[in-house]
Amino acid sequence: MPNATIIALIPLLPLAGFLLLGLFGRKYLKTSSGIIGTALLLTSTILALYTAYEYFFVYGKVNGIYQQLTPLKITWLEFSKGVSIDMGLMIDPISVMMLVVVTLVSLMVHIYSIGYMKGEERFSTYYAFLGLFTFSMLGLVLSTNIFQIYIFWELVGVSSFLLIGYYYNKPSAVAASKKAFIVTRFADLGFLIGILILSYCSGTLDFATLIQRLTSPESNEFKTAVTYSFLGASALTWGAALVFIGGAGKSAMFPLHIWLPDAMEGPTPVSALIHAATMVVAGVYLVARLFPVFAITTPAVLEIIGWVGAISAIIAAVIACTQTDIKRVLAYSTMSQIGYMMFALGVAKYGAEPALGYTASMFHLFTHAMFKALLFLGAGAVIHYVHSNEMNDMGGLRKYMPITHITFLIACLAIAGVPPFAGFFSKEEILLAAYQDNMAIYWIALITSGITAFYMFRLYFTIFWNKPHHAHGEKHGEGGFVMMLPLVILGIGAAAAGFIPFGEFVSSDGRPLESHFHLQFSILPVALGLAGILLAMWLYYKQNDKPAKLASSLGGLYKAAYHKFYIDEIYLFVTKKILFNLVGRPAAWFDRNVVDGFINLTGNTTQAVSEGIKKVQSGKVQQYAIYFLGGVIVLAVLFIYIWK
Amino acid sequence: MNLLLLIGAPLLTALAVLLSRNKQQVKWISLAGSAVQLALAFALLFAFRQERAAGNNAQMLFEQHYKLFESLNINFHFGVDGISVAMILLTSFVVIAGVLVSWNVEKMTKEFYFLLLLLGLGAYGFFISLDLFILFFFLEISVIPKYLLIGIWGSGKKEYSANKLALMLMGGSALILVGMLGLYFTTGYSFDIMTLSKANIPAATQNLLFPLLFVGFGVFTALFPLHTWVPDGHSSAPTAGSMFLAGISMKLGGYGCLRVATYLLPEGAKEYANIIIVLSAIAILYGAFATMMQKDLKYINAYSSVSHVGFSLLGIGMLTQTAITGALMQMVSHGVMTALFFAVIGMVYDRTHTRMVAEMGGLMKMMPFIATVFFIVGLCSLGLPGFSGFVAEMTVFMGSWQNDDAFHRIATIAAAMSIVVTAVYILRATGKTMMGPVVNAEHLQLGDAKWNEKLAAIILVAGIVAIGIAPGWLNDLLKPAAEEIMNRIAGK
Repeated sequence: MPNATIIALIPLLPLAGFLLLGLFGRKYLKTSSGIIGTALLLTSTILALYTAYEYFFVYGKVNGIYQQLTPLKITWLEFSKGVSIDMGLMIDPISVMMLVVVTLVSLMVHIYSIGYMKGEERFSTYYAFLGLFTFSMLGLVLSTNIFQIYIFWELVGVSSFLLIGYYYNKPSAVAASKKAFIVTRFADLGFLIGILILSYCSGTLDFATLIQRLTSPESNEFKTAVTYSFLGASALTWGAALVFIGGAGKSAMFPLHIWLPDAMEGPTPVSALIHAATMVVAGVYLVARLFPVFAITTPAVLEIIGWVGAISAIIAAVIACTQTDIKRVLAYSTMSQIGYMMFALGVAKYGAEPALGYTASMFHLFTHAMFKALLFLGAGAVIHYVHSNEMNDMGGLRKYMPITHITFLIACLAIAGVPPFAGFFSKEEILLAAYQDNMAIYWIALITSGITAFYMFRLYFTIFWNKPHHAHGEKHGEGGFVMMLPLVILGIGAAAAGFIPFGEFVSSDGRPLESHFHLQFSILPVALGLAGILLAMWLYYKQNDKPAKLASSLGGLYKAAYHKFYIDEIYLFVTKKILFNLVGRPAAWFDRNVVDGFINLTGNTTQAVSEGIKKVQSGKVQQYAIYFLGGVIVLAVLFIYIWK
Repeated sequence: MNLLLLIGAPLLTALAVLLSRNKQQVKWISLAGSAVQLALAFALLFAFRQERAAGNNAQMLFEQHYKLFESLNINFHFGVDGISVAMILLTSFVVIAGVLVSWNVEKMTKEFYFLLLLLGLGAYGFFISLDLFILFFFLEISVIPKYLLIGIWGSGKKEYSANKLALMLMGGSALILVGMLGLYFTTGYSFDIMTLSKANIPAATQNLLFPLLFVGFGVFTALFPLHTWVPDGHSSAPTAGSMFLAGISMKLGGYGCLRVATYLLPEGAKEYANIIIVLSAIAILYGAFATMMQKDLKYINAYSSVSHVGFSLLGIGMLTQTAITGALMQMVSHGVMTALFFAVIGMVYDRTHTRMVAEMGGLMKMMPFIATVFFIVGLCSLGLPGFSGFVAEMTVFMGSWQNDDAFHRIATIAAAMSIVVTAVYILRATGKTMMGPVVNAEHLQLGDAKWNEKLAAIILVAGIVAIGIAPGWLNDLLKPAAEEIMNRIAGK
């Protein structure tokens, strides 16, 4: 059994960094914050790699299956017998893989930021927040309990909020951070209700027990759970679908993706870590974590997941072709690639051979983390150099930034699916999985991979070739050793990660999966990718008016894509016009005027009545005598009436 | 542990304040006194845990009886269960923080502190009383100082607010009194909660008395639609007044709804549970939407309190052990959190002299400490894990979901929807006031928190974090006590 202390230290070290830098950083550790944060994370990374080695090679398989282990589980809050929130560590192939991905990318971002964020006023705060994020993300992947994952889910949400709003005096950053938090919170409402439903159906919050009870038709919980139904679907289907909504919000799936492009207001290394490599794949991870439930008990929801992923993949790819802010292009590209991971899960089945999609999805998550983090860090270096996010301010940078240029090219080749770079292997597997299960999704995915190659090389050629737009008066370098080292390391990862025999380690049921390569199958996607690259080269290699002409000839389609298909405007309409003006304002008015008005009316009436009665107490004995007499007469009449 | 210490310490402090000669003495005596109360509350917590660990499973611990009016069977009867211990702890936190943030009150300092301490005394007495008559007496002790605190040290339309608050709370008290007397006469002349809890009260009587008691206490805890004293009262009250009002007084009501109305009249509770659920679900959601439109920070927190306190009443109405535990957690959590929120709003107001959200911006730059606390309390309010609000709300949700019919489900979902609306108004308020560009150039001169303000904030933050990170200790206190209440409701 892997050592619980070592595994627990992996998330706890970044937490220690957060507390240390958050409490004392501003005053005492202003310049050393970067080094402290990085050193702690380096330790975490080493421990994570060690854990992965222990788990896969020392502990290995039992009866040919990688086991799910919980070296630590503490009851945190007990609701009723058997239903409690536990804090624990879950070790299985996907959590170990995520440990490695998260610590590695986070370490790269920590190192890179020493150079990138140098001289920032809130340097130590920045590192504190990075520590908080890393802790939360690691806690999320290690969760043993569905409520534990929800807790860390919210914590990554808030760290993302804090880091997007890092430049807090910039109104656009504040707006973006709010938007990210509120949109994902809305999705989390679904997640929460989904948890309530699933936990009620299964009578537990523990992942292992929950999955076991909800997937075996013999269990009592399963038998009772299938009898509930609501609006034509079983309670379990609703629960699973609602949990997926939570995942879709965090993973920026259509139509809950609107926060992701705006989130690029944060510092670029943050975008690389949170909004490209780690946090946004949490939704994919969640679906993978509950995969047996989706695949065995609620296949209808799994099909929805497949379609949501496919639609997100293609829509985001089309939008990415029209954006001019390089970080926004990358953001849409992220959304599109996560769409791939999502539909790969959607087309997978639980068990042996057709489960390729599950392995492929996790494989793509792994390779995507490498090349997308690299793309963002490269973009950061470019932005650092030209002081602008706009593509039009760049061009011809290959001479001034040779390392950035080469690593960026590797990442572009990887994402475009050119062999033998990492993205090729994982994307081929996804396409094969789709081909085996759902032809419509396969075609969408195939077209999307062509578009992907096009927009990535549009980006590449405009930045590094084309006509230099930037006045390179000041000859400052690319960013120094600390910024280049992560690029090189990730570049090696993006080039070589594809050769890892992933199916050997990660599969839906822990049994190694052999991946076969079908050469003839790969021809079509690779050809499409190359076509996309050539088209981009033809349009953007040298400065010309072809792109503008193309844009105007596409007319409405281009405009709609440029405006992101007006989805933001629809949301704005719903929130501003409906929620604020038709719900919030009337509620506030109603409270002040009707509810409180009624209370005040009661008060005033009482006062008016007492004013009236006051005159009765005049102190004149004759008057009292008359009242008394009157009272006696009334009572007498009443009594006589009743008596009769 | 002798429970009389909990009344004695604030009483002695208040008397010492009256006898002190200058403002400095007043402040330091109050601070020392409230520190002693805090220590006593912790001593009680540890003593209680020790007794429980030693296997003492009596429902009430540290009981004391003293005869008062033998002929009327009115007696001093004190005792605590887990709920009381938690509430006493809450009170001591709010009292010391309230004393600290009032350090700069210049007008009639002695009287101000005397009233604050008296209010605290009322709350301590209320939470340890097991005789309805004495409990009612302490409840009234805590109403009158509020009237004076708002009327004399308040701001804005303070006379109106003070009148409104006092009249509505007195109205609630009148209902409680009638309900109490009803209990007294139908159960053979007893005010003793422990005796009453064993009495066999006919269902018809319960159905008659329950609404009186529940609504009476409900007024104190902003039961919709009798919550309208809350926004006016808070906005006019001085900082410490708001803290006590929302942090302690509203909890007296919630405690009464549970301990007196629900516990003593379980049949009545079952009869009216659905109405309670409807009203509290409305309060939660409607309060949140109303908060979204407020422009004054104090109104924001006042309306948000209406929404948050709704969770306590919702939990009670759900009548499951988990939901009631959650309701109690929410009382403790909201008490500390809202006191902190009002404290930090007061700190901002003392510097900017405005509470209007639109007139502030970018305060983080000038006052990082205050801004950080504002963030923390905002995150607690929107139910972020790691802070107390999350634990309490989730317990209420889990408990509510145990009722498996559509009515309870819909009410729970409606209540859960508030977590999104809460995020909207909290982030709007923080985004505008603390983040963004500085809107008023004069604000650039402003300084950060002083030692007393920092200490108050740290104490309260420690409270919400202690519950948020390790909720087990609070759960251990509240769950067995909630179980006793549930046993009575279930007729065991």
